[in-house]
Amino acid sequence: MSDSFEQIQAARRARMQAGLARRYAADRRFRLLGLSAIVFSALVLAFLLVSMTSNGIAGFQRAELRLTVPLKGTVLIDPSRLAQADPLGGLESAGLPMAVDGAADQAFGAGGAGLLGNSAWRDLGQAIIDKPAMLDQPEATVSLPASDDLASAMRGGGEPALQATAKRLMNEGKLVRAFDWGFLVRSDATSPQAVGIWGALKGSMMTMLVTLLLAFPVGVLSALYLEEYAPRNRWTDLIEISINNLAAVPSIIFGLLGLAVFLGLFPNWRSAPLIGGMTLALMTMPVIVISGRNAIKAVPPSIRDAALAMGASPIQVVFHHVLPLALPGILTGTIIGMARALGETAPLLMIGMRAFVASAPSSFVAPSSVLPVQIFLWSDEIDRGFIERTSAAIVVLLVFLLLMNGLAIYLRNRFEKRW
Amino acid sequence: MSPAVLLLLAFGLGLVGWLAARSRAWAFRRAAPGGRIHSLPNFHAWYVALWIAVPALLFAFAWNAISPGLITQSVLADPAASVLPAFGFERDSMLSEARAVATGSAAAVFNTEAQGLVEPFRAAILRYEAIGLIVTVLIAFAGGAFSFLRLTPDFTARTRVERAVMNLLLFASLVAILTTLGIVASLVFETARFFSMVSPIDFLFGTHWAPDPMSSGAVDGKQFGAIPLFWGTIYIGAIIAMIVAIPLGLMSAIYLTQYASNGVRQVMKPLLEILAGVPTVVYGYFAALTVAPAVRDAAQAIGIASASTESAVAAGLVMGVMIIPFVSSMADDSIAAVPQAMRDGSLAMGATKAETIRKVLVPAALPGIVAGVMLAISRAIGETMIVVMAAGASANLTANPFQSMTTVTFQIVAMLTGEGSFDHPATLSAFALGMVLFLVTLTLNFIALRVVKRYREAYE
Amino acid sequence: MNAPAPAAAPAAVFPDPVAEAKISAKNVSVFYGTKRAIDDVSIDIPRSYVTAFIGPSGCGKSTFLRSLNRMNDTIPGARVEGEILLDGEDIYRSKMDVVQLRARVGMVFQKPNPFPKSIYDNIAYGPRIHGVTGSKSELDGIVETSLQRAGLWDEVKDRLSDSGTALSGGQQQRLCIARAIAVDPEVILMDEPCSALDPIATARIEELIDELRGRYAIVIVTHSMQQAARVSQRTAFFHIGKIVEYGTTSDIFTNPREERTKDYITGRYG
Repeated sequence: MSDSFEQIQAARRARMQAGLARRYAADRRFRLLGLSAIVFSALVLAFLLVSMTSNGIAGFQRAELRLTVPLKGTVLIDPSRLAQADPLGGLESAGLPMAVDGAADQAFGAGGAGLLGNSAWRDLGQAIIDKPAMLDQPEATVSLPASDDLASAMRGGGEPALQATAKRLMNEGKLVRAFDWGFLVRSDATSPQAVGIWGALKGSMMTMLVTLLLAFPVGVLSALYLEEYAPRNRWTDLIEISINNLAAVPSIIFGLLGLAVFLGLFPNWRSAPLIGGMTLALMTMPVIVISGRNAIKAVPPSIRDAALAMGASPIQVVFHHVLPLALPGILTGTIIGMARALGETAPLLMIGMRAFVASAPSSFVAPSSVLPVQIFLWSDEIDRGFIERTSAAIVVLLVFLLLMNGLAIYLRNRFEKRW
Repeated sequence: MSPAVLLLLAFGLGLVGWLAARSRAWAFRRAAPGGRIHSLPNFHAWYVALWIAVPALLFAFAWNAISPGLITQSVLADPAASVLPAFGFERDSMLSEARAVATGSAAAVFNTEAQGLVEPFRAAILRYEAIGLIVTVLIAFAGGAFSFLRLTPDFTARTRVERAVMNLLLFASLVAILTTLGIVASLVFETARFFSMVSPIDFLFGTHWAPDPMSSGAVDGKQFGAIPLFWGTIYIGAIIAMIVAIPLGLMSAIYLTQYASNGVRQVMKPLLEILAGVPTVVYGYFAALTVAPAVRDAAQAIGIASASTESAVAAGLVMGVMIIPFVSSMADDSIAAVPQAMRDGSLAMGATKAETIRKVLVPAALPGIVAGVMLAISRAIGETMIVVMAAGASANLTANPFQSMTTVTFQIVAMLTGEGSFDHPATLSAFALGMVLFLVTLTLNFIALRVVKRYREAYE
Repeated sequence: MNAPAPAAAPAAVFPDPVAEAKISAKNVSVFYGTKRAIDDVSIDIPRSYVTAFIGPSGCGKSTFLRSLNRMNDTIPGARVEGEILLDGEDIYRSKMDVVQLRARVGMVFQKPNPFPKSIYDNIAYGPRIHGVTGSKSELDGIVETSLQRAGLWDEVKDRLSDSGTALSGGQQQRLCIARAIAVDPEVILMDEPCSALDPIATARIEELIDELRGRYAIVIVTHSMQQAARVSQRTAFFHIGKIVEYGTTSDIFTNPREERTKDYITGRYG
C-alpha cells in the first residue's frame, strides 16, 4: 500500500516535472501578449502625436512672396485718416492695393499680382496702421501671403505652368514658406492661406468659462449634499442614479437637450458661447459630482468628529474642514471634466456651432465657433493647405489638453494625502 | 438694462444690507451681557444680505424672461403696427429687425415698413426696463427691511442662514434630476411628434433608410426604416470596436497590474490616460485621413474590390483604440477588487502568474469586467465624431466591414445640421433616433452599474 | 511522544536532535524595503511533527512563515537574506523553481480564501495546473481523497458543483486545506488558520491538523498559546523578529528557559 502510494506519487512528480517547461513558456507568452497590448497603445499614441505634429508644423507656416512696395509718393493718405474708423478702407482708396499689385507684377513678371493671396495687401495695410511712419519711407520690403494655387503649386500640385513659376520664384528666393504668427490671431476664412484659429480659440475659452461657472458650483454643492447631508431615501437614490447615468449618457444627447430646451428658450443665441457653455456644463457637472464625492469620502471621519465635538454646526464642519481638505481632489476632477468638455464636438454641432464665423466672438451671445468644431469643419476641406491647418489646430487643441491634464496630474500628486 | 446691471445692483444692495446688519449685530454684541449673542454678527449679515439679493434676483430673472413678450405685445398694440403683414415669417422678421435697431444691435432697418416700429419699440423697452428696475429695487428694500427688523440679540440667524445654504445644496443636487427630466422631456416630445407622422413600426423594423429633408407633401414612412442604422451602430461600436478594445484593454490592464514594474506602470498609466483624453474629433480626423485610406488600400490589395474609403472597419478600429483605455481602467479596477488572498491562494499552490490570472483573477473579476465592457459598448455606440468623419452616410445593411455604413449618431448629426425645417419628419427623426440611443445606453449603464455594485459588495 | 528537552544550544541556532530536519533555516533575515522584519533567524523544522510559531503581533512569525515558500516574493520590496534549505536545497538559490517549490510547500491562509469556483474545481485546481493527473477518474480520486483527508467529504460529497464560497467559514478553511493537500505537498504552512473561525470550527481544524501529522511536515503560526500547546510538538517563540526560544512544546510551556518566553506564555504581554 505504502509502496504503491510512493509509486503514484513518483509518477505524479514526473508528470509535474514534464509539464513545467510548457507552463513557463505559456507564462512568458501571456506576459508578452500583455506587453504587446500596452506597446500597441503606446505606438498608436506616438503615431498620432507624431503625424499630427509633423503635419501641424507645416500648418503653422504659409507660402509668402517677398516683394518691395513703393510707398512714399505712391500711397497718398493723410496720416490722421489712419486713426479714424475703417483705416483699411482709407488705405484702399489711397491706392495701396494697386501699389501692391503693381509691385508684384514688377517683381514676379506679368500676372504677378495674381500670385498674391486675395487680400494680401491687407497684411501690409495692417502693418502701416500699426506703424504709420512706414508711409514716409520710399518703399517697404514685405512678405505677403501667396495665393492658394501658388501655395499648392509650391507643394508640387496644380498646373504644371504654375509649378514652374513656383520653382523659379523659390530659386530666386522670392517665394518662401515662413512661420505664420497670424495663424494664432486670425479667424476662419475661405482660403487656407488666410485662416487662423483665434476666433475658435476665443470661442472655446468663452464657452469653457461659462461651463466652469455653471458646472463647478453646482457640481461641488451637490457632491457636498449627497456625501454629507443627504438622507438615505428614495429621492437621494434617484439623484444618485441620475448622476451616474448622466455621466455615461452619450454627449450627443446633451446636444439634443441643448437644441430642444436652450435654443427653444433663446432662439436668438444660436451657436453662442453661452448656450454651448450651458450644454457642456450639464455634461461636465456629473463628472465633477462623482470626483467630488470621492474626494469628500476620502476625508477621514475623525476630522468631522473633532469639529463637531468643538460645537461646530454641520454646515461649519463641511465648509471649514471637509471642503478645504477635499478641494485638491475636486479640482483634479474638475480639470479632467473641463478637458473633456474642451474637446467635445458633437453636442455643439447640435446647437448650431458649425456656421462659418469669420471673426472672434465679441460677446457671450454672439455666434462663435470652438476649436474642435473648427477642426471638424476644416477637415471637410479638400485643399492640401487645409489638411496642414487642421493638423496645426489639432496641435493647439492637444497642447491645451495636455496642459490641463498635466495640471490635474500635478495637483493629484502634489496634494494627494494618504490618511 | 442688461442682466449684468441687475446682477450688480442686487449684489450691491445685498452688500449694503450685509454691512448694516453686521454693524447692528456688533452693537447687540457690545450691549449683551458677557458679549455673547445667539449668532455671530456675520450670520446676521448674511441673513439680511440673502433676504435682499435672492428675491430681487429671482424677480429680475423672471422679468427678463417675460418682458420681451410684454414689449412685443405693447408694440403690436401700437397703431404703427397696423402696417405689418398679418402672419408668418415676414412679420416676425420685421419685428426682430425693428427690435434690433431699437436696442442698437443693428444700424438700420432693411424693410422700410419696420422703420415705423422702431420708436414704439424703443419706448416700450424703456418703459418695461424702468418697471423692472423699480420693482427689483422695491423688492430688495422690502426684503432688507423685513429681515433687518427681525434682528435681535437672540435672533437665530445662524440656523436660518444654514437652512438657506442647505436648500441651496439640495437645489444643486436636484439639477441632475432636472437635467435627466429635460433630456427625457425633449426627446419624448419631439419623438411623439415624429411618430405622429411616421409609424413606429416602420421606423423600428423598416430596412430602408432614405429620408429626404427637402421633400414636401405626404410623408412616406417607408423611407424611415432605421434597421440599417441600428445594424451599422452595433457593427461598428459593439462588434468591430470591441474586437479591438476588449483584448487589448484587458491585456493592458493585466500587464500593468500583474506584471509591470513600478517604473513601467508609472509611465504607461498616464500614457493611457492621455490616449483617453484625446478628443474624439482628433480620432475622427485620424480615422478619415490615415486609417480609412490605408484600410481601403489593404482591402483592395487582397482583392476586395468593393472596399470603400468610408468603411465600417476604419471607424470601428479607431473607435476600438479610443475605447482601450476605458476598458483597461475598468478591468484594472475589477482585478484590483479581487482580494489579494485569492491571488496568494493560487500562487501558494504553485500556479504560475499566467495561470493565476487566467484561472483565478479574471474569472473572479469577470462580473466587473463584463460590466466594464457594457459601459464601453454604451460609450462606443454613442460616439459621434469618429463615425461622422469616417463611417459615411449610406445606410447599407451589409456584413461586409469594408463597405460604408452609417450609424444612429451619424444620422442625428446629418438630420439636424441639414437644411430641412424643424417640423419636417426627417429632422424630427433625429430625436426618435436620440430616444433609441438614450434608452439603449441607459439600460446598458443601469445594468452595468448594478453589476459593479453587487460585485463590489461581494468582496467587501 | 514528546521528546526530552534538548540541551541549550549556543547562540541562536536551534537544531532539532530528535527529528530529521525537513526545512532548515540558516541566518535568515527578511527586509521590507529598509525595514528588517526578521533578524538572523536559524531553525530546523522536523519532518513529521507539527511546529508552532508563537509570539506577539508584529513579531515576524507570519513573515518568516511566508518566506518558507517564497510567498514574500509577491510583496514589492520584500527581500530575504541567508539560506533556507528544503531537504538540503536552498530555496532562494537563483535556479530554484518557485512553482515547484510551492507545489512542495503548500500554504493555508489566515482568512479562508476559496476561489469563486465550485468545490470540485477548487480542489482540482492544483492537480490541473500542475498536470499531475492522467485522467478524469484519477482527478476525481484526488478530489475525493483530499476532501476525505480534510474531513470535508461527507459534508460536501453531494454538492461538489456548489460554489466554494457558499460554505461556512470552517468548511471553507477545511476546503482550503483540502486544496493544499490535493497537490500532495511535503510541507503545509498554516498562517493562523483558525483566527477567523468560531470555537467549534477551530476544534475541527485542530483535529484535522492532528490527523495530518506524520504525512506532512506542518508549520502553524498561531496567536493562541492553547492552540499551540494542543496541536504542536515543537514550538518556536518569536519576538521582535528573532526566535527567542525553540524546543519541544511541552518544554516551552512547562519549563521555558528564557524570561521573555515565560512572561509571554503567562500572559505578561502580547
